[in-house]
Amino acid sequence: MSNTDFALAIEDLTVSFDGFKAIDDLTLYIDKNELRVIIGPNGAGKTTLLDLICGKTRATGGSIKFKNEELTRMAEHKRVRLGIGRKFQTPSIYENLSVFQNLEVSYPAGRSVLGALAFKCTDEVKARVQVVAEDIGLGDKLDTEAGLLSHGQKQWLEIGMLLMQEPELLMLDEPIAGMSARERELTAELLQRICKNRAVIVIEHDMEFVKRIAHKVTVMHQGKILAEGPMEKVQADPKVIDVYLGH
Amino acid sequence: MNALKAWILRYQLASLVLLTVLLAVVLPLALDIFRLNLVGKYLTYAFVAIGLVMVWGYGGVLSLGQGVFFGLGGYAMAMFLKLEASDPISTKIQSTPGIPDFMDWNQITELPSFWIPFKSLPFALAAVIVVPTLLAWIISFAMFKRRVGGVYFAIITQAVALILTVLIIGQQGYTGGVNGMTDLKTLWGWDTRTDSAKYILYYVCVALLIGSIILCRWIQTGKVGTLLLAMRDKEDRVRFSGYDVANFKVFTFCLAAALSGIGGAMFSLQVGFMSPSFVGIVPSIEMVIYAAVGGRMSLVGAVYGTLLVNAGKTYFSESFPELWLFLMAGLFIGVTMAFPMGLAGLWESHVVPWWKGRREALRQASEQGRPSAARLPVDTSTAAAASPAPAATLPDGVSRQGV
Repeated sequence: MSNTDFALAIEDLTVSFDGFKAIDDLTLYIDKNELRVIIGPNGAGKTTLLDLICGKTRATGGSIKFKNEELTRMAEHKRVRLGIGRKFQTPSIYENLSVFQNLEVSYPAGRSVLGALAFKCTDEVKARVQVVAEDIGLGDKLDTEAGLLSHGQKQWLEIGMLLMQEPELLMLDEPIAGMSARERELTAELLQRICKNRAVIVIEHDMEFVKRIAHKVTVMHQGKILAEGPMEKVQADPKVIDVYLGH
Repeated sequence: MNALKAWILRYQLASLVLLTVLLAVVLPLALDIFRLNLVGKYLTYAFVAIGLVMVWGYGGVLSLGQGVFFGLGGYAMAMFLKLEASDPISTKIQSTPGIPDFMDWNQITELPSFWIPFKSLPFALAAVIVVPTLLAWIISFAMFKRRVGGVYFAIITQAVALILTVLIIGQQGYTGGVNGMTDLKTLWGWDTRTDSAKYILYYVCVALLIGSIILCRWIQTGKVGTLLLAMRDKEDRVRFSGYDVANFKVFTFCLAAALSGIGGAMFSLQVGFMSPSFVGIVPSIEMVIYAAVGGRMSLVGAVYGTLLVNAGKTYFSESFPELWLFLMAGLFIGVTMAFPMGLAGLWESHVVPWWKGRREALRQASEQGRPSAARLPVDTSTAAAASPAPAATLPDGVSRQGV
């Protein structure tokens, strides 16, 4: 089945670890320009789902199509080059490099060995780094060693590194974990800005935050989809209240 | 002017110029040719050490088998030299004249086919680089594409070192066995054993070494260097930024192997023989020690480390023949325990801040001292001593470590 209209089409996706099905026959479609939030109790398979899309884990069965290209057999770096960006749960940045270098390395040019040898940090690259750094609120921190940033700033830096690649599908795993109230607010604004012209998948537990950013919410439970739809509808769903939100 | 200064700082030309002056002017003037030839021999190990700085320091992949590539480069050169030394006239007492003496001793009556191309110098020179690089590519491609790394990679490289040693010793008819290839005399008729030849070879070795350092420094300061540091820190992040991580590791490993091969060839030329004792596990680990003592993030440091450890080895073994191995071990353990970043790390964290602090103190003293100098000339010196040196700046992490 082809789904030309969707940015991402996941069908009958299954992954089993020694017989345990972490993702069980899951079907999910993400529209272009959509910000989808995935919620669910611990162990529901949310992070595993992102792992499967970006290639960190191989699927046992089913299909993942991005822009109508089958991903399940594709190498990780090729999926990235196709336009998929993924932020990890713990901030995954290069602590020993400066903020500028962190962003520069993420610029999508010179990705082969020879290309990297010939790569020059042109004004175009510098301008792009500056734009992204301003966007994530680190415009005046370009020369700071990334390891010295605060936890929230590290999270933003990693989002910035993804933005450098201008991905068409952006996946964020708990982007506001460990952030202060003010930082959460800024992150929500940032997400609303960056979800234009691309699909975004966010995994999050903070319901206030979810309410604020989500276009649509998917609730996962035991590797399956329990409910899907706008926040109000999902919140009112008795099944969801039962397994996740609580009475 | 500032651009020039930035350029010099970026490529750390000051330390490189200092090293060049030391190697090309000071040592040749200070040492007799016997000692200088010895330094030349040590410098051939420095090629391996700077390769290790790239692979281990920058790439974060420890190889305990660099002796393999040093040996392959050395053997490729030695095979050419041995063939030239085994002309039919000088080997006429053999039962088969015109083949290397060790083949004759092993009842081989015809030059083996894989030896024949080594009659050509261009082929041998190409082989010096191509053979180690090719083997490095095969090993690293097989390992890194399967994401084998860390300790497992170190063990596998060590196994390769062992296998190659066993192979060389076992196939003595083809390789000269445990004695190696000895009595290497001439290069295209040019006697490499004379003093003038030794001087020339020493300078060729220094020039190649400096060239290799510049090449590596250029790679370090470019995107590949940044990527290597990034990979060492968060390999998955690099992979999920669209890079094929394995290719960069393979490239670095091959680069180190090629450099080691050049070092090995210079060894054969300067020392006049090549044997399995420079291929196996022990020499490979010794080469890691050179880089560790010098500082595994510093190319220039690795050269000093190589010189220092080898000078220590020579000195200890001449002065305390029974104790020298223990003294060497003490030096290695001491340096790695006390200064994990080696001599270069010591320089960055202690000498540079101390020097800056001293200069700052002197400047402050002269500013304070000037107005009062007329009245209290004695005070200036005490002011210099008393004015507190600014707090030593912390080493700026990796970006500044590559002295």
